[in-house]
Amino acid sequence: MIGTGHYLFLSLALFLIGVVGVVTRRNVIIILMSIELILNAVNINLVAFSRLVGSVEGHVFAIFIITDAAAEAAVGLGIIIAFFRNRETVLADEMDLLKW
Amino acid sequence: MPIQRNVVLNTVILIMMLLVTAGIEMKGTEMFLPHIWLVPLFPLAASAVMLLFGRKLSNAAVSGFCVGSVFLSMWFGFGAIFELIARPAAHRVVEFALFNWIPAGPMHTTSGHLVNFNAQWGFLFDPLTAVMVGIVTGVGFLIHVYSTGYMAHEGGYYRFFGYLNLFMFSMLTLVLANNILLMFVGWEGVGLCSYLLIGFYFLKKSAADAGKKAFIVNRIGDAGFLLGIFLLVGTLGTLNFSEFRGAILAGHFAVGDAALTAIALLLFVGATGKSAQIPLYVWLPDAMEGPTPVSALIHAATMVTAGVYMLVRTNAIFAMAPRALAVVAVVGAVTAIFAATMGVLQNDIKRVLAYSTISQLGYMFLACGVGAFSAGIFHLLTHAFFKGLLFLGAGSVIHAVSGEQDMQKMGALSGKIRTTYLTMLAATLAIAGIPPLAGFFSKDEILAHAFRANHALWLVGWITAGMTAFYMFRLLFLTFKGASRVAPEVERHIHESPSNMTVPLIILAVLSIVGGWIGIGGRFERFLEPVTQAAPASTAGETPEAALMIASVAIALAGIGLAWFLYIKRTELPDKIAASFGGLYRLVYNKYYVDQIYDALFVNRAKDLGLTLGAFDRTFIDGLGVDGAGWLTRATSVISIYWDKWIIDGSVNLIANVVRVLSIPVRWLQTGRVSSYAGFIVLGVLALIGFYLHAAGYTLANLRP
Amino acid sequence: MLDRIVFDLFAGLAILSAILVVTRRNVIHSAIFLITALLATAGIFLQLHAEFLFIVQIILYVGGIMVLFVFVIMLVNLDVALHQMQFRRQWWVGLLLAIALGAEATAAIYIGRLGLPGPETAPPASVLEPNTELVGHALFTGYMLPFEIASVLLLVAMIGAVVMAKRRT
Repeated sequence: MIGTGHYLFLSLALFLIGVVGVVTRRNVIIILMSIELILNAVNINLVAFSRLVGSVEGHVFAIFIITDAAAEAAVGLGIIIAFFRNRETVLADEMDLLKW
Repeated sequence: MPIQRNVVLNTVILIMMLLVTAGIEMKGTEMFLPHIWLVPLFPLAASAVMLLFGRKLSNAAVSGFCVGSVFLSMWFGFGAIFELIARPAAHRVVEFALFNWIPAGPMHTTSGHLVNFNAQWGFLFDPLTAVMVGIVTGVGFLIHVYSTGYMAHEGGYYRFFGYLNLFMFSMLTLVLANNILLMFVGWEGVGLCSYLLIGFYFLKKSAADAGKKAFIVNRIGDAGFLLGIFLLVGTLGTLNFSEFRGAILAGHFAVGDAALTAIALLLFVGATGKSAQIPLYVWLPDAMEGPTPVSALIHAATMVTAGVYMLVRTNAIFAMAPRALAVVAVVGAVTAIFAATMGVLQNDIKRVLAYSTISQLGYMFLACGVGAFSAGIFHLLTHAFFKGLLFLGAGSVIHAVSGEQDMQKMGALSGKIRTTYLTMLAATLAIAGIPPLAGFFSKDEILAHAFRANHALWLVGWITAGMTAFYMFRLLFLTFKGASRVAPEVERHIHESPSNMTVPLIILAVLSIVGGWIGIGGRFERFLEPVTQAAPASTAGETPEAALMIASVAIALAGIGLAWFLYIKRTELPDKIAASFGGLYRLVYNKYYVDQIYDALFVNRAKDLGLTLGAFDRTFIDGLGVDGAGWLTRATSVISIYWDKWIIDGSVNLIANVVRVLSIPVRWLQTGRVSSYAGFIVLGVLALIGFYLHAAGYTLANLRP
Repeated sequence: MLDRIVFDLFAGLAILSAILVVTRRNVIHSAIFLITALLATAGIFLQLHAEFLFIVQIILYVGGIMVLFVFVIMLVNLDVALHQMQFRRQWWVGLLLAIALGAEATAAIYIGRLGLPGPETAPPASVLEPNTELVGHALFTGYMLPFEIASVLLLVAMIGAVVMAKRRT
């Protein structure tokens, strides 16, 4: 049987991969994609617990997360476009205007 | 100058005041005696006004204030004199105090008595005071009037009158004082005013030096005076004249008492300083640097007589000290003849008069020394008239010859300045002792008493009288008679002085002629008896009075004759005599080199001391002390600088540097790169989760299955 | 049995796709692999009887967000980035952090495994039927406020995105 543990570990794996992507990659778009991965991992976690507890609230929460991810992706990509227009780069290392 | 109007106006005012005064006196109530304290105050007030505002006042205003104040003093003074005379002889003393000046409290005298020391600001008016007040205010007033003419073209008019009025205040305080300490205040005051007035032309070095000399020599005398006062208080327990006179007359002390002799000698030292006797006379000839009215008032009529007055005031003490009296008499006689020898050869008209003053003062001291105190005062009175007149006349002559004071450049002035000549002739006859003028009576009385005491003293006085006649007529002949030795440009301007100068001359001339007549029949002596009764009159030995009188007149005529011979008849003789007695002539002409001796012995030694002290001050006080303190301050300030720079600023900088160093790693966190921030976020999450797990009890220990 | 196989299939696909997303040089490749990862996740949802979420995931996530991503990738010139270093120099830090986090989470799960609800204690799947209605019901009654806020959020995001990306003239 597929216990809670399986789903937890799956979620954890996806989460960790997403974290690695955020911290390690230089390309901003890929960083954003990694963030989407993280959010997905959380969604899996929520739905798994929702199934095992027997309530639908987990689903509702997951819906909100998806909504939020959409909004965030939109704004983030808008920012990337704006920045790209100024600096001609999508590399996070080169976006260091706040550097001392 | 509107002569007629002034004279008429002033005469009218005078007559009105006399009538008013007479009217008040008729009523019987004494108006002036209780208010004699006003007499010194009028000139003090005028002096204060002068010295505060005088610069802004016109000459006429200054004259009005100052001459007016002296006139008021004179009015009150003479009113008081008349009221005093109106009293019966036994009640002729008024004494009262304005306030307690130094109520110091109980003290022990040297004989062990407990007395209460109290110095009052008090006034005493008795016959002696009456005479002095009369002289000071009367002659003082005439000289003030004279000065309005003499000083009319001088700068510092207000200053002159301010000082002159201040002098009047001091002198009147001196004569009106009822205790010796207040008299000393007046004594010092007149010394100060003498300094101020001698050095009136302060831009002239010789005048400034003369003022200093006068004050310093005076001060030496005053040191003696002050010691005398201290000893007096210690011995007699009181400063008040009436009180210590009472103490002495009550017989507590023996004749020849050592303490009293000491007091008397110390007081006499003060008198020698003020009245220019040997050895402290050297300032008086130099004092002629001052304006002539100053010489007349201060150095002839009033200030220099303060010494004589003081002696007569304290005659009770002197009467108890025969040795001191002997000293006084000898010093007086020696001074008289000594000064006369110097006066014979001087060429400056004022210098001759200065030595004459010293000589005549010697006569007064001689009189006091032989116990004839009233004779001394009598001579003081007549001397004030004729010596004042001589000085004022000399001033008039100097005014006429445009400031020339050397008699060798004068001559044949008698026709050109007649009033001056005639008045000076009267004065010269008076001083020579020709009857019936004033000088004869007073001088003769002194010589009579001297003869009674000691024939040697009489001889010295007699010879001096002859010399006086000689050199005074020498002055007269050289100035007014003979050929004119005046410089041509001066001769053009020879003119008689204005009336405000000649009228005082005339008044004084009249007084010089008739002034001696109050002494006839011993009236003056009786008037002063309440004051001088303590003095034992010299034992009434045989006094060939008539023979003495003839002798005096004879030698005076001899002196006049010699002067006529040498300066009118055979005018070439004086120079020949001078040439043949070359050394002696030079000695006397240079005043026996006394000034130079004093310089070498005292003045230069004092200067040396001053220089030594100055060097000490510069090296140690300034060098070590002041400069040392400065160096020390600078040194400590250098330390302070280092402390401030390295430690104070250092600690501030240290704090700043610590913050800077600590902030370096913090700064490095601000990479500006999002990935780094993401990494930190994850790190934070890691920590947070670990914390929550730990809080929930999920520790590593639970990992064991 | 079937459960197991389905789970393994979708889970394996998801993890593989995720790894590939994070490691590709070409961004378009990453995007494609993200799509597959999302589809695999959708499969997991389906297996967990979350039908509504399965559909929403595909429509929204894959059909909306990923399309957006692809558009933006197209707008941004990537030829230059293609030849540059892809990973940060300190990539091992991220790896280390992930391992640490993984270890911590694993430890937490292991320690608390007894408290987790298991399939034996789970209520039957029919509790979540009919899924859409239940979700809709919960959304419009109990969670009305978050729903409205979410709509405002979307509005704000829309405006924000437009403003950010607008060419300033």
